[in-house]
Amino acid sequence: MKEIIRAAFVIARRDFTAIIYSKAFIFFLLGPFFPVLVGFAAGNLGGQIAKDVSQPVVGIALAKEEAGKILSARESLSKTLGDSYFARMVVVGDPAADQKAPQSYLAKKSDNLSVVVTGTLQKPVITGTANAIKRERADIELLAGYAQSGSAMTLPRSAPDIVVESANNDKTLRTVTAQGGQFFIFFLTILLAGMVLSNLVEEKSNKIIEILAASIPMESVFLGKLFAMLGMALLGILVWTTVGLIGFAAIGPALPNFPTPAVGWPMFIGLCFTYFIMTYLMLGALFLGIGAMAATVREVQTISMPVTMAQLINFFFASYALTKTGEPIEKFAAIFPFSSPFAMIGRAALEPALWHHAVAIIGQIFFAILLLRLGVYLFKKNVMKSGSAGRAKDDGARRLFGFIKMPG
Amino acid sequence: MYAIEAKGLVKQFDGFRAVDGVDLNIPEGSIFGILGPNGAGKTTMLRTLLGIIDPDAGTRSLLGSDRPITQSRNVGYLPEERGLYQSMRAVDTIAFMGALRGLSLKEGAEKGRALLEEAGLGYAADRQIRQLSKGMAQTVQLMGTIVHDPKLIVLDEPFSGLDALNQAKLEKMIRAQAAKGVTVIFSTHVIAHAERLCERIAIIAKGKISFDGLVSEARDRLRPQVHLETETLDGPWRSALPAETKAEGHWWHFTLPETGVEPLLTALVEGKAGVKSLSIERPGLHDAFVAIAGEAVAAEMDDAHVGEAK
Repeated sequence: MKEIIRAAFVIARRDFTAIIYSKAFIFFLLGPFFPVLVGFAAGNLGGQIAKDVSQPVVGIALAKEEAGKILSARESLSKTLGDSYFARMVVVGDPAADQKAPQSYLAKKSDNLSVVVTGTLQKPVITGTANAIKRERADIELLAGYAQSGSAMTLPRSAPDIVVESANNDKTLRTVTAQGGQFFIFFLTILLAGMVLSNLVEEKSNKIIEILAASIPMESVFLGKLFAMLGMALLGILVWTTVGLIGFAAIGPALPNFPTPAVGWPMFIGLCFTYFIMTYLMLGALFLGIGAMAATVREVQTISMPVTMAQLINFFFASYALTKTGEPIEKFAAIFPFSSPFAMIGRAALEPALWHHAVAIIGQIFFAILLLRLGVYLFKKNVMKSGSAGRAKDDGARRLFGFIKMPG
Repeated sequence: MYAIEAKGLVKQFDGFRAVDGVDLNIPEGSIFGILGPNGAGKTTMLRTLLGIIDPDAGTRSLLGSDRPITQSRNVGYLPEERGLYQSMRAVDTIAFMGALRGLSLKEGAEKGRALLEEAGLGYAADRQIRQLSKGMAQTVQLMGTIVHDPKLIVLDEPFSGLDALNQAKLEKMIRAQAAKGVTVIFSTHVIAHAERLCERIAIIAKGKISFDGLVSEARDRLRPQVHLETETLDGPWRSALPAETKAEGHWWHFTLPETGVEPLLTALVEGKAGVKSLSIERPGLHDAFVAIAGEAVAAEMDDAHVGEAK
């Protein structure tokens, strides 16, 4: 065992150094920022467009004194209800002086009016499309009524009495935290899958695998590669967390407030990392096993799609199981090794018990070792075939991944 | 004491027996050649002996251990498919290969620099593998194979891809290692290398060992060939020639009779053959190989050799 670990670290050191000095690692580090940046930019842009395009403007065409009253009423109530509560109001004219029909104000495109208020404060007339009238009617009536009273309405001030949890908060809202944890694990493992594959492609193209297999146990080779990729992932997490904290400090108050998970934040974050590592180890062992059996770089790349899709299915399955707490399907998601980390992080958000996490983690470690051993076995059985031994002995045919018979 | 012992070794892929019941004993401290055409099973046999792959049947022992990987620190292996990390520096490559076999990276790097200096490649120590020529990269890999001072060196088709100059360097290195008491095993399909270097050889064809012994034993399996030129074409001396003698004008070619040279000479002189020239040629390893492995295999090897020379 000592020799296996020693040799694994020789491989891990080489791979880790090679990875962090590669161009691919820069893209790996930048990976999570692209969706965040694109989301942020798209959100801002969309918001600005929505603000510019559909911000309704109410045209006031009342007598000068009444127009002043309704504008004052809007300003006064906005202090309590917020400036965005009421549509913007502009005085578009004085009907006594203008002698215009209300429709003529609406026709002027530069004012971008949704409705025009004419008549009097006692009996306001709202001119506009049916939808616009429906949207603005109540607000205009409120403002007209408030404007007529002649004095500011006094609203009582309530005293806040904040609690951490409520019955409503407990389960429904924690599901949001659970989904956040699941997404965190899924997102990281998808990012890593690409790196594991590129590492395998390198091994395939430089043909060094035979030297490794002759020098050290194959378990060390697989383990070393997993360690290296894990080290790289943890380095990535460190970078992302640092950038994230800086970002949080800058825009923290604007971020959504996730409900506290059932196991508490420190334990939840710890479990998030643990389950991420377990997902990664299982997926990595699977990739190494399948990838090592592939005879060509193309075959390695072919693996990418189905494994990613399978991982996606796992994620959706575990997300679905969140809504079925305690039911057989949720239990199955927690037991099935590939969906277990997702399902268990969901449980960590919803249920305070910790013992089942210990059981799940032991099970996942056991399964990762099993996959690793299976990969080594299949590698020894199928991969090291020299020229003619590995090629077609059966009528010019060859076998994809060592199993699927293909025409030569 | 044997460096490698194998008994009844079998390895098959998809029902094809790449190694088919191999019995082999390789003494320590010898240069041992494994001869066979492409696809004969040489590489698979070496991989099985080294523990890279497990046999389907039979037993093997490497430096006294039936778990070859446990002897990894005492073994250097150069595979047929050369493989190096292209972005690694030459000296780091050697150090890495040494570290795989138990050396510290520092010690490996120091020894690597020394080996590269010795090979006249000291100037390339800090260059990346991708910046080296194929021959230089192959030399770096060879240095990585011996950096940890192994007791047993296994080279799979080591001369493949090398020019004549580098082949000579490699032969020199193999002799130097053997002089230090290291067991060197190499596979080849070029008989000349084995003939020059090896004390012992094994001939493998279609996964089976056809011969295992000294090179001289292999050659001694054939009787010497006599090439005789006479003045006369007929006479009593003709009765001294074997029945299968080939005649070409005044030339006669035949296998030396078991009775030896003296009775033959006496018969030729007394029979007034008028001997103009007579040479007795000891068979080469190629001839022995033809006789042992069969004409078909030898022809296959000749084709491969010609192909490689092209």
